[in-house]
Amino acid sequence: MATLVIEKLRKSFGPIEVLHGIDLSLQSGEMLVIVGASGCGKSTLLRLVAGLEEPTSGRIVLDGRDITTLDPSARDIAMVFQNYALYPHMSVFDNMAYGLRIRGLPKPEIQRRVHEAAALLGLEALLARKPRQLSGGQRQRVAMGRAIVREPKLFLFDEPLSNLDAKLRVSMRAEIRRLQRRLGVTSLYVTHDQVEAMTLGDRLLVLHLGLPVQLATPMEVFDRPANTYVAGFIGTPAMNLLDATLTAGGTAARLEGGMLLPFADGRREGADGRKLTVGIRPEHVRLEPGGVPLAIDLVEPLGSETVLLGRMPDETMLSVKVHGVWTGGERTEIAIPPASLHVFDAQSGLRLDPLR
Amino acid sequence: MRRSQNWLAHTVLILGALLFALPIWLAFCAATLDPAAIDRGELSLIPRLDHLGSFWDVLVHGGPGVPPVWRMLLVSFGMALAIAVGKIAISLLSAFAVVFFRFPLRRTAFWTIFVTLMLPVEVRIIPTYAVMGDLHMIDTFPGLAVPLIASATATLLFRQTFAAIPDELVEAARMDGAGPLRFLKDILIPVSAANLAALFVILFVYGWNQYLWPLVVATSPSLDTIVIGIVKMIGIDTSTEWNKVMATAVIALIPPVVVVLSMQRWFVRGLTEGEK
Repeated sequence: MATLVIEKLRKSFGPIEVLHGIDLSLQSGEMLVIVGASGCGKSTLLRLVAGLEEPTSGRIVLDGRDITTLDPSARDIAMVFQNYALYPHMSVFDNMAYGLRIRGLPKPEIQRRVHEAAALLGLEALLARKPRQLSGGQRQRVAMGRAIVREPKLFLFDEPLSNLDAKLRVSMRAEIRRLQRRLGVTSLYVTHDQVEAMTLGDRLLVLHLGLPVQLATPMEVFDRPANTYVAGFIGTPAMNLLDATLTAGGTAARLEGGMLLPFADGRREGADGRKLTVGIRPEHVRLEPGGVPLAIDLVEPLGSETVLLGRMPDETMLSVKVHGVWTGGERTEIAIPPASLHVFDAQSGLRLDPLR
Repeated sequence: MRRSQNWLAHTVLILGALLFALPIWLAFCAATLDPAAIDRGELSLIPRLDHLGSFWDVLVHGGPGVPPVWRMLLVSFGMALAIAVGKIAISLLSAFAVVFFRFPLRRTAFWTIFVTLMLPVEVRIIPTYAVMGDLHMIDTFPGLAVPLIASATATLLFRQTFAAIPDELVEAARMDGAGPLRFLKDILIPVSAANLAALFVILFVYGWNQYLWPLVVATSPSLDTIVIGIVKMIGIDTSTEWNKVMATAVIALIPPVVVVLSMQRWFVRGLTEGEK
């Protein structure tokens, strides 16, 4: 159990700065998921915490101790790698025990820890096997076991599930969550998969181009995305983002086609004609007879639900998610409920909250 | 169709094997003949099994002007082993440094090693002899092996092997607390075991076959390698006892063959066991 504090962390590779100042604070036992597209700097952030890279400036404090310049092995941190990084010539037992042996733990203690971790992960029957004799899921478990036996203050997960097939990923995801809760070890988890991010994290940090965009609980990120990047990144299918302008008095947005979308939660600041981006999630668009006509170009059945890709009269594209199978044909009529509207400034992309 | 292709492949392979085996068989048969018969050019493809004693004879007593073959085998074996082990040890460490450490002039160091590929012993034989002389290593056992130990080829090979090791494996070891030497011993060497075995075989045979340098550096008969011994047995003005030469040649084949066969099983296992 330990807290992690990251202050003004920056990292440059040569002239290129990839992390532009990250501030972060994790409570004891918290699981924070760092999510972002490839190249956003999320893996670099993790590697800085691990000590595999040196920060250009800033501080990392684990459990009250400044670890910014410590050697990785001296940080009391364990890491689970994307490609498992198991020692191919060692048995499962030796893979888990290796770090403990180096630390000079007594043999009975090593035995106890490895067997406990193996029991926790269902690996007891495989302890004598070599990594190549294991399936992907089993290898991933061994990689986790290797982190668990260390009994570290902090777990780091670097996209640990991205090499697994979809079905296994779902079950391993649940398992990681269960283990992390049970062990109560503070954890940083890096992923580009928004479903993993939503389901695993106590909080999410959305990174975009080396900058923290939003740090909040998964539902907060989903319900109140901080800018258009987060709005488009979290949620499947992606949120519809439509160009609009503010009406006089700031009480509604006018779409390019002339459709008026009143704000349910209050007026927004700005002059008449301020450029906006309004967002509406596909699942929040309602089918409403007598509403705006929508010409459907493409129907994507997903089983329990169906995604419709359509055009509004002004040719603006709009995706709509409906329950069940779509039987409605090539035209329908829709309405955008004001309560589900997200309003952003068109220029900065930042969320515009109502005035109070 | 597949059956006929197999048949063809086997025929070619069998012919190839016969082609390579024939000279060895001839040498074996010649070892059992009268020396005079060979001089008359009467080579036979059928060994005279009652004359197998010539093998024992050269092994224990040697031939004209050379020590017993067992002694020369020992010198050759020692030299080949020292060369193979020495080359592996030195190039393993240099490749380790070049691949895993960031130090000034790292690339220069690597290319300097690389350039020595163009300077084999044959090219630098006089300066090397002079250096050995200054070190008082002429006509000594270390003098036989040491100048042949430096190896750019092996360094290059290890560099490739090490470069193929995933970064994550190196990082996992760092997180586990393994220092550089532990990493080398516990992870790098076991992971590269297959390459090590293959390289050992090649280098051992290379060492075994050395002729020019031992000829130059060693003059006392106690340092005669088996290759030198064979040449010495072929007299220039005296009549050559060809059966003894042939027997020695056949015996000289055995140690490298044994090394190849024993290590072959090892490195084939290493190759098939490697990660996908």
